Amino acid sequence: METYNSNNIQTLEFDALIIGGGGSGMRTSLELAKSGLKTAVVSKVFPTRSHTVSAQGGITCAIGSADPDDDWRWHMYDTVKGSDYIGDQDAIEYMCSEGPKAVFELEHMGLPFSRFENGRIYQRPFGGQSKDYGKGGQAARTCAAADRTGHALLHTLYQNNIKEGSNFLNEWFAVELVLNKSKEVTGVIAFSIESGEVAYLKAQATVMATGGAGRIYSSTTNALINTGDGLGMALRAGFPAQDMEMWQFHPTGIYGAGSLVTEGCRGEGGYLINAEGERFMERYAPNAKDLAGRDVVARSMVLEILEGRGCGEHKDHVLLKLDHLGADVLNAKLPGICELSKTFAGIDPVYEPIPVVPTCHYMMGGTPTNIHGQAFTQSNGVDEIIAGLFSVGEAACVSVHGANRLGGNSLLDLVVFGRAAGLHIQEALKSGGGVSDSDSDDIDQALHSLNALNHSEGGFEVAEVKRELQAVMQNYFGVFRRGDYMEKGVAELNTIRDKISNLHLKDKSAAFNTSRVEALELRNLFEVAEATAIASLKRTESRGAHARDDFKERDDENWLCHSLYNPTNKELSKRGVNFEPKQVETFEPKIRTY
Amino acid sequence: MINVNIYRYNPETDQFPYMQAYSIERPKKDIMLLELLNILKEQDSSISYRRSCREGVCGSDGMNINGKNGLACITPISTAIQKDKIDLRPLPGLPVIRDLVVDMTEFYAQYDKIKPFLQNDSAPPAIERLQSPEDRAKLDGLYECILCACCSTSCPSFWWNPDKFVGPAALLQAYRFIADSRDTKTLERLDNLSDPFSVYRCHGIMNCVSACPKDLNPNHAIGEIKSMLLSNKRNIIASDGVS
Repeated sequence: METYNSNNIQTLEFDALIIGGGGSGMRTSLELAKSGLKTAVVSKVFPTRSHTVSAQGGITCAIGSADPDDDWRWHMYDTVKGSDYIGDQDAIEYMCSEGPKAVFELEHMGLPFSRFENGRIYQRPFGGQSKDYGKGGQAARTCAAADRTGHALLHTLYQNNIKEGSNFLNEWFAVELVLNKSKEVTGVIAFSIESGEVAYLKAQATVMATGGAGRIYSSTTNALINTGDGLGMALRAGFPAQDMEMWQFHPTGIYGAGSLVTEGCRGEGGYLINAEGERFMERYAPNAKDLAGRDVVARSMVLEILEGRGCGEHKDHVLLKLDHLGADVLNAKLPGICELSKTFAGIDPVYEPIPVVPTCHYMMGGTPTNIHGQAFTQSNGVDEIIAGLFSVGEAACVSVHGANRLGGNSLLDLVVFGRAAGLHIQEALKSGGGVSDSDSDDIDQALHSLNALNHSEGGFEVAEVKRELQAVMQNYFGVFRRGDYMEKGVAELNTIRDKISNLHLKDKSAAFNTSRVEALELRNLFEVAEATAIASLKRTESRGAHARDDFKERDDENWLCHSLYNPTNKELSKRGVNFEPKQVETFEPKIRTY
Repeated sequence: MINVNIYRYNPETDQFPYMQAYSIERPKKDIMLLELLNILKEQDSSISYRRSCREGVCGSDGMNINGKNGLACITPISTAIQKDKIDLRPLPGLPVIRDLVVDMTEFYAQYDKIKPFLQNDSAPPAIERLQSPEDRAKLDGLYECILCACCSTSCPSFWWNPDKFVGPAALLQAYRFIADSRDTKTLERLDNLSDPFSVYRCHGIMNCVSACPKDLNPNHAIGEIKSMLLSNKRNIIASDGVS
């Protein structure tokens, strides 16, 4: 095989490059398409195959449709509380206050929201949403297009990108970031999956909109493509990741298959039962019950199972009861769930409950950014912007979700911060901002890993190593965590690292070689897994989704902070949480109950 | 044992495509065809196919399964298997890039052609545009399309005129915007479809309906478009020469 270097690959030059064609990437590109800047969206799949398509229940936002008195400040309060107080309050404020504009804009673009009788957008109750700062009971704030909101949103964004003439490099895979000598990001090395052609995609601004990495676990709601490619590239380039111990386990993944069953099921009146038929959430969260925070519900389910009240032959799952809602409600409001349950659980929720189990769902951590999407690193404890690098959506940690994301906040995050990054890049580039060129050495260095894989003559099987990695994460870094187990997990990851740097690519062909893509994806999964493992081990408290048997309490004295994982020395440092919103008073940390 | 015959073609090494036979122990539990393919790919990493969500909503893994188009990820092997055998071919009628991967450029070009985005002449209000639940219900069965191309690539008219006949998938989306009470370009949209090929090459063969993995009905949508063209006295069927 040919060895690639800066002389034998072509350079394609852009003002801005967006890696990833999901919700956040396409919202960024939409903003840039209108700007006249030369932009490309680089997506390893055709954009509508991105994982945003699987979002179901809705987009949470105080648009005042279900309740005209609803207030974005209440949504902000709920989000801060949901984050277990390590969400940045300036970012949460920005998301919740800008949200209504972003949702109305989606509607104007054509998103087919479900409707109330008065013609306004339908909103349903979701977990952790309250009125009047937790004092006014459950709020219905999640705007929905039946239970296919992600599909509707992603297609609407793609359609409007067509309208604005956005430029797509579909089925191109980004391999590594290219950095110049001053550690500015000047683009990526990427190849066309269809032809195998390798290129240096050069840009003044590189936006990582590469989504999550749920595939580090063996059981996940995530698509097969969710391999944390952007975060993997950033970690290999030496840039930090924030709050990587915070992984959301969604209470209701279909038992056995892992497919998501929306929280909207419980929002519409469904509830969880154990083997005794008991609605057990009444014991764990007397007020919010089944609509408590996802971390709370997931832990309660696991405790029920551990205490022997699980369902089925192996007593290893619980049931989501929906039949009391009736066929009409289920078919009108949850048609996608009915379809998924029949396909993957072999049951019809109109008649029978769905077997469910907490399943890895969402990465709260990611590349740290400010509200403009600018990625940063730290030197001597001070935030330092990384010139040329941006991150949005699940790949980023801005941080609006803190230690636990509320349902419906991910879609809002995508559109609000996708737009914000687009606006900022436009302004920055038009006022002369940008990066210096990389030289041929820099480009050659970024090509190194691809060349090494292409020349591998032996080594480890990708599928086997992937299974090993996923088993380690599933066994030692799940819903409940313990120091000694996690230490074992970190040690096992150490041996897996050697295999990762020695993967065997048997098929060296160029055209649509998916085994090459899978090998490169595994390298990214590994980086994310290692960051997760080390951050989990070193945060010695329980907060949000991070629940430790050996440190059961939240420890505000030591850990009311972000964790920042440094991939170079594999150390974890602390970074302050923003408690300074601009328009409202700070929400002070309180004991978090539902 | 199950015999899985897979269409193989690698443009770098194969002059012609061929069927390759794989034999695999039948899994104890009924798994989806995509999972079976993933197992086969562990044995032969050179097999190429697209996949993403693995739950029937992203539309990546449309393929021809024992002669019928469908999504591998939501097709249980128990329903796919015929006489202990499963034949897997790429979606028909589109150029093959490699193995089960087809070049969907023409399919997407037809989608682009129908202007698949909401158009409204008036300035948007400060909040959302209102739409009654009844008007919104008109979009059900239309907006759910996942662009998997199972319908269009099962349609003989699309095989014959992929550049001029819009095809069932894009026509379903054309009707999705025609039917949307918020869209004000209905007449323009109909005009753009009134030539002899765009819509009128649909001869009601109904393969699209039987192929759709989401149980949508492009044929019905096409019928609605034809009726609207007629009632608008915009039909130019006469010049088509009924074929």
